[in-house]
Amino acid sequence: MLRFVARRLIQLVPILFGLSILLFVWVRALPGGPAQALLGEKATPERVAAIEAQFGLNEPIWKQYLAFLGRIVRLDFGSSLQTNQPVVDEMLRRFPATIELAILALLIAVAIGIPLGYLAAKRHNTWFDGTSVALSLLGIAIPVFFLAYLLKFLFAVKLGWLPTTGRQDPRLDVAHPTGFYVLDGLITGNPAAAWDAFKHLVLPALALGTIPLAIIARITRASVLDVVNEDYVRTAEAKGLQARTVTRRHVLRNALLPVITVIGLQLGLLMSGAVLTETVFAYSGVGKFLADGLLKRDFPTIQAFILVIAVSYVIVNLVVDILYGLIDPRVRVR
Amino acid sequence: MRVHTRSRRVLLGFAAAGASLALVAGCASSSSTPGDNSGGGGGDDKTLVFGASADPQVIYGPYVSDGESLRVIDQIFETLVALKPGTTEVQPGLAESWSASENNLDWTFKLREGVKFHDGTDFNADAVCFNFERWYNFKGAAQDSNLTYYWQTVFGGFKTRDNDAVPETSIYKSCDAPDATTAVIHLTSPNSSFIPALVIPAFSIASPTALDKYGDSVEVSGDSVNFTGTFGTEHPVGTGPYAFKSWTPGDKLEIVRYDDYWGDKAKIKTVIFKPIADGPARKQALEAGDIDGYDFVAPEDITALQASYQVLERPAFNVGYLGMNQNSGDLGNQKFREAIAYSLDRESLLKAKYPPGSEVATQFMPPTLWGWNPDVVTYPYDPAKAKAALQESGIKNPSVEFWYPSGVSRPYMPDPTAVFQAFKANLEAVGIKVVPKTAAWTPDYLKAVQQDGKAGLYLLGWTGDWADPSNFIGTFFGRANSPDWGYTDQAVQDGLKAALQEPDQAKREQMYKDLNAKIMEDLPGVPFVHNKSFLAFQTYVTGYTPSPVSLEQFAAVDITKG
Repeated sequence: MLRFVARRLIQLVPILFGLSILLFVWVRALPGGPAQALLGEKATPERVAAIEAQFGLNEPIWKQYLAFLGRIVRLDFGSSLQTNQPVVDEMLRRFPATIELAILALLIAVAIGIPLGYLAAKRHNTWFDGTSVALSLLGIAIPVFFLAYLLKFLFAVKLGWLPTTGRQDPRLDVAHPTGFYVLDGLITGNPAAAWDAFKHLVLPALALGTIPLAIIARITRASVLDVVNEDYVRTAEAKGLQARTVTRRHVLRNALLPVITVIGLQLGLLMSGAVLTETVFAYSGVGKFLADGLLKRDFPTIQAFILVIAVSYVIVNLVVDILYGLIDPRVRVR
Repeated sequence: MRVHTRSRRVLLGFAAAGASLALVAGCASSSSTPGDNSGGGGGDDKTLVFGASADPQVIYGPYVSDGESLRVIDQIFETLVALKPGTTEVQPGLAESWSASENNLDWTFKLREGVKFHDGTDFNADAVCFNFERWYNFKGAAQDSNLTYYWQTVFGGFKTRDNDAVPETSIYKSCDAPDATTAVIHLTSPNSSFIPALVIPAFSIASPTALDKYGDSVEVSGDSVNFTGTFGTEHPVGTGPYAFKSWTPGDKLEIVRYDDYWGDKAKIKTVIFKPIADGPARKQALEAGDIDGYDFVAPEDITALQASYQVLERPAFNVGYLGMNQNSGDLGNQKFREAIAYSLDRESLLKAKYPPGSEVATQFMPPTLWGWNPDVVTYPYDPAKAKAALQESGIKNPSVEFWYPSGVSRPYMPDPTAVFQAFKANLEAVGIKVVPKTAAWTPDYLKAVQQDGKAGLYLLGWTGDWADPSNFIGTFFGRANSPDWGYTDQAVQDGLKAALQEPDQAKREQMYKDLNAKIMEDLPGVPFVHNKSFLAFQTYVTGYTPSPVSLEQFAAVDITKG
């Protein structure tokens, strides 16, 4: 098992190296380049040249890349062109928001998606199955921002139950020691603030969780359908095992394997989905910061965030592989 | 398929838990209903939440030029000179009066007495000179044109010149404080446009004590600049009707009434600026009662919002124009340019493609700005006159290269392609052949038009930086034979220079009026639009006065409900 993990870790190195080159080249290949983009219509050639000199953009490209690598290793991504604060600080400040959102979104997706898929499989070819398949198709197809507007229109504008934007009612005066607002409300002894923060989470989490929910439901359904028809399930039933034992040991253990892979992949999708969701909900997490950065060609931020998101994606996949190994001993051998 | 009863129960429970999670959250609406959660009401604890389009860059005037920073700075800080609300008319600010020496080089400001900064220190002439000297002595990274845009645009260079892009000279020389209420600013060359420029919050007077204590230093780190001094991020201290309270970027910025303010105290105790970048999200936040007002209402939302909210129109402070480069093709021919001007149906274009409130421009600056001339020669849509002028020009088979930018939306030009298409049809209708050329706005389009002078006809515009005609027509026509216009008229250049230096405001105004008349006779281009922007507020919000230059005071705003 340890060797398996070590091998996977070593495989990460070329991936990350390639990623750093891609990122570096891509940002600099943007039309106009960062200096011109910064200045806009008030740019003069002199000003563009000065900015380029100041940021080292006129150095040979390999020198720029080496400097870039050196800074990455020191976790120095430079300062955001949006806020002029170090990118690392901006990330640390915003990660709790995105993690909070992603956790709730994933909870919703898993807690509804797996049972839904399981029940659909159990009632294969009934109206319940048909409806859930249709709904999950719709869930995958509907654009996140459109769903967000619908949710806000219904639950905020019409019903007035939930807020439309942000993470906390700005009129509340609350401390945020950890940056996880729900948790902050609880540990500072302010349940009202925790509740308010939770209410702010619900709509974005629903919007963000819909696609993973639909995907998880579909995969669970397909996978359960596969497994229940396997010989070993029939054998288990034939030898008189209790139904719950069959489900737990034979059906779910096998059927959930592909589902775990999908959940891992969804975590990556949640990160990119957060870009849209956080923007329409003015929810200040990493996704929104990246979206703003893209518009303003804030290239230090774009580089840092993409790198971090990609790394977390890779790590999540590693964890999934390890989990796989735990659940399915065959993987370790291969 | 077999039914595994027990597991089914477990799974159902799981599903129920998941569903109820969503349901509980949805139903548990506590006590909030739309519009009820503003904490506004009566009493002295009123709070207004304003939906801004972004966070400020930093809350320190000299380092910013973006609207969201200026909006906040304008509430916390004050300038020597102010604007009468809703106009471009200059009025006393921290200075009660000012006058120029005979040679127009030494400007004496009589300061208001009894003014205190939010940290309790005195505002006086020393504080004024402290600030001016600090700006003039900015070094290194602070000389980045992106940071000190306004200083460099209005005053020029610094004491030292640390990068090649900085202007070589400065019109600022020094500042004296002969007594506590008299500050004298010495210039190196006569200039009257700096008085209207002083209303820009970039020239806000900050507390010297707080500046020294917290610092305004910036440094280059990695690829960008980094504010290491915390004055502008955590401790901004000015003299304005509101004092800084807190700022969580991406979340909210809070200011509270300054109770020792020298003038009319703010009516609302707390104002919160909440950044909501997405336009539709700002609208929904207003409709849900999460915010009390927001800026930059989308034109398509105006009519819908007017039914239940106040929609306020901000007077235009920009101009969109069709440039006609006289070095290109036949465009040096005055009659040809007139033919083009008469052929353009600007009214229909604005009706079809611009938001309500936009107006046809008659000259290169907006009517809200003093110096605008109601009597300039105009070129109303008249195909017959266009054809006649074309005949007179003597040009056979007239043809022009027409440049328009792609992938960009500007305040004066939300949809450049639509403008191009309309004008192209107009031109072809009178027999002028149009050769379309398009390029990405930056860098290709701007470079082709402004630096290389490659374009014949082209679409461009300008949003004013401050309320002085020199910032419009001076910017366009102040340089001889600039590549985009190919237009040089000695009378116009001399006139612009003289107007810039004339100390008497009434005389200046007349000079700019005359210049506008002369320019429109020469017709270097066809100004076609002044476009407006809009704000929306809940009906209970009163006292908000939109300003052409977006300097809007929240101190006069009130909430009248409950």
